[in-house]
Amino acid sequence: MRFGAAVLLAGALSLSACSAGSLGSSDDQAGGKIQITFLTNNDPANVKVADAVIAAFEAANTDVDVKLDTRPQGSEGDNLVKTRLSTGDMADVFEYNSGSLLQAIAPSTNLTPVTGESWVGDLDETFKKVVSSGTEVYGSPWQTISGGGILYNRPLYAKLGLQPPKTWADFMANNARIKAAGTAPVAQTYSDTWTSQILVLADFHNVSAADPGFADEYTANQAKYATTPAALAGFQHLEELKKAGYWNDDYASAKYNEGLAAVAQGTAAHYPMITFAVTAIETAAPGKTNDVGFFALPGTDASRNGATLWEPSGIYIPKSTQGDKLTAAKKFQAFLASPAGCAAQASATSLGGPFAVKTCELPDDVATSVKDLSTYVDAGTASPALEFLSPIKGPALEQITVEVGSGIRPAADGAKLYDEDVKKQAQQLGLQGW
Amino acid sequence: MTTVTGAVTEAPATTVPEPARRTSPYPYWFILPGGVIFTVFFLVPSVMAFWFSLTRWTLFDQEFIGLDNYVQFFREPALSSGLRHTLVYAVTTSGLKVVLGMALAVLLTGPILGRGFMRSVAFFPVLVSTIGVGLTFQILMHPTRGVINQALDLIGITGPAWLVDPDWALLSVAFVDVWQGVGLATVIYMAGILSIPGEYFEAAKMDGAGAWHRFRNITLPLAKPATVSVILLSLIGGLRKFDLIWAMTKGGPGFTSDVMASVIYKQYQAGFYGLSTAGNVVLFLLVILIALPLFWFFNRRDDQ
Repeated sequence: MRFGAAVLLAGALSLSACSAGSLGSSDDQAGGKIQITFLTNNDPANVKVADAVIAAFEAANTDVDVKLDTRPQGSEGDNLVKTRLSTGDMADVFEYNSGSLLQAIAPSTNLTPVTGESWVGDLDETFKKVVSSGTEVYGSPWQTISGGGILYNRPLYAKLGLQPPKTWADFMANNARIKAAGTAPVAQTYSDTWTSQILVLADFHNVSAADPGFADEYTANQAKYATTPAALAGFQHLEELKKAGYWNDDYASAKYNEGLAAVAQGTAAHYPMITFAVTAIETAAPGKTNDVGFFALPGTDASRNGATLWEPSGIYIPKSTQGDKLTAAKKFQAFLASPAGCAAQASATSLGGPFAVKTCELPDDVATSVKDLSTYVDAGTASPALEFLSPIKGPALEQITVEVGSGIRPAADGAKLYDEDVKKQAQQLGLQGW
Repeated sequence: MTTVTGAVTEAPATTVPEPARRTSPYPYWFILPGGVIFTVFFLVPSVMAFWFSLTRWTLFDQEFIGLDNYVQFFREPALSSGLRHTLVYAVTTSGLKVVLGMALAVLLTGPILGRGFMRSVAFFPVLVSTIGVGLTFQILMHPTRGVINQALDLIGITGPAWLVDPDWALLSVAFVDVWQGVGLATVIYMAGILSIPGEYFEAAKMDGAGAWHRFRNITLPLAKPATVSVILLSLIGGLRKFDLIWAMTKGGPGFTSDVMASVIYKQYQAGFYGLSTAGNVVLFLLVILIALPLFWFFNRRDDQ
């Protein structure tokens, strides 16, 4: 009940915030400008991009004034978004996850469909799917597609004469030589628990290569991590690397930015991560961004190896936005699906991967790891992560992968526990067959 | 509604034969504001909590699913270990607070220099924000860069990894909890000790009782009401502890320091609002189930 009270309180706070905003709405039209609010997460790098996009948008649309509003990241922010939507108090336009998490905010009840807008035709097909619910499209992309796999230290690879591996056996062989040379083969950073999931989640391209129907069967409660060998492999890799002693010594207490610094400076050879990390690498190890390369998570079959993609989050308009504000919000949403919007984002950050808009080009000066990722995308050997193909993602995966990677729980046991965990999510979403 | 009004009209009838019943000295309009506040902020949310615990609730809509949330909650894999951790945590912190609180109270009621100041110092940690304490100790307990292990290194001991070692995580948090909360136990004990008449100690001294005997046979039994308060307060506090654990380990590594309250919070965080409400009802019942018999047991012994 304590938390119920917290929800009520949060609701009350955002309500009062709302009334303050509405009081100010009398001068929304001041100077003939329509004022809209844009809500996004408060990560400093993200805010920088938001500022640049707003500036570029306002320059092109002088009759609109966009006010930036921020929210916490992670599940705290998720709850804030849900609370504000359910109380009809959402910002006029907001950024939120695509894929499985979008389904949890009930798009058909809460969001304005934009299926008929002209820019929808420019969207990458996969991205269009992950911002849709039923037959309607709801969002334009925020930032870029990024790829999950292994970040590696290129100078170290060159020094030891290693090649980026395509199979797990080759990867383990590389690890053995790296360890013999006195460097930690793989960095893990369990103080930031979310980072522990990448070895499982980024293996998904290999899972769907081995078992193309997995995502659908998984959603229908017919396929399980514990009983599908290709899916179980992700958990087994964690166990295997831990048993071989390939982690950095401080894996239990290290943080995300320490992992990035380690792989950029060569104190660790590999760091399983998603390429959106390039912005953070520049902060964690200035000047070393291009020492970091990227390869897809190695699987069993070299010929079918490929990268797992994370789709951008979306820009959505809640149903509570009406009239002039709706028109202005739609312009803002469309701006992000245009070359000018892409350019504004590229000017403010190191891009983590290709754009989800067909009319946008990736500039030539992107980080090496992003170029490596583009090779996979251009060759067609990249596919979306499971959370963009199925609405189900269990909330406890990061704790389970920490346990498996720390040797607290065996891999098979961890996979079974995760299968239990996703059941709650499926039931909460009211899916068939659960 | 009918049952409520029924109960109200029946109530005076059953209480008429009892002349000892206290009647309010105020007319109804006078207690109305209190009644409204109570209803809106306490009664309605409590009833709603019980209702939502029976639904699958997404904040946008709700579906009545009977007791499924409770069934699900008891099937929660983290729950059985969470329950065990809760009990270990509550008993460890409560036990240590009793022992250390008593020891500190004996020290601080004795003839020491700057007694008033010393007493405040012992109480200071209680006043500090729990989240602040948690974050501070997270840094102090860092396995390699933390002050604690660096100090242990100096005297040749390799300290454990504290918060990131699965075997130590829960105990590490419990130690910090004891450090932070022992001041309150000490104050309660000091009040208990100071209320013991000095004649008892003088008489015992005359009869040749040593320090240990005086403590064992006078202080300990006569401070029993204080002991009961300390045990009950710290046990209930330990059972529903959340803020410190969340600030220090978030229940990790993995699930190794997950307690009832953090398991519940994670369900809420994941958007399982009905399930987490059911968890709160379970926690509420658990605290009552443990605290009430204890309270009853201690008080009964007290009467003898």
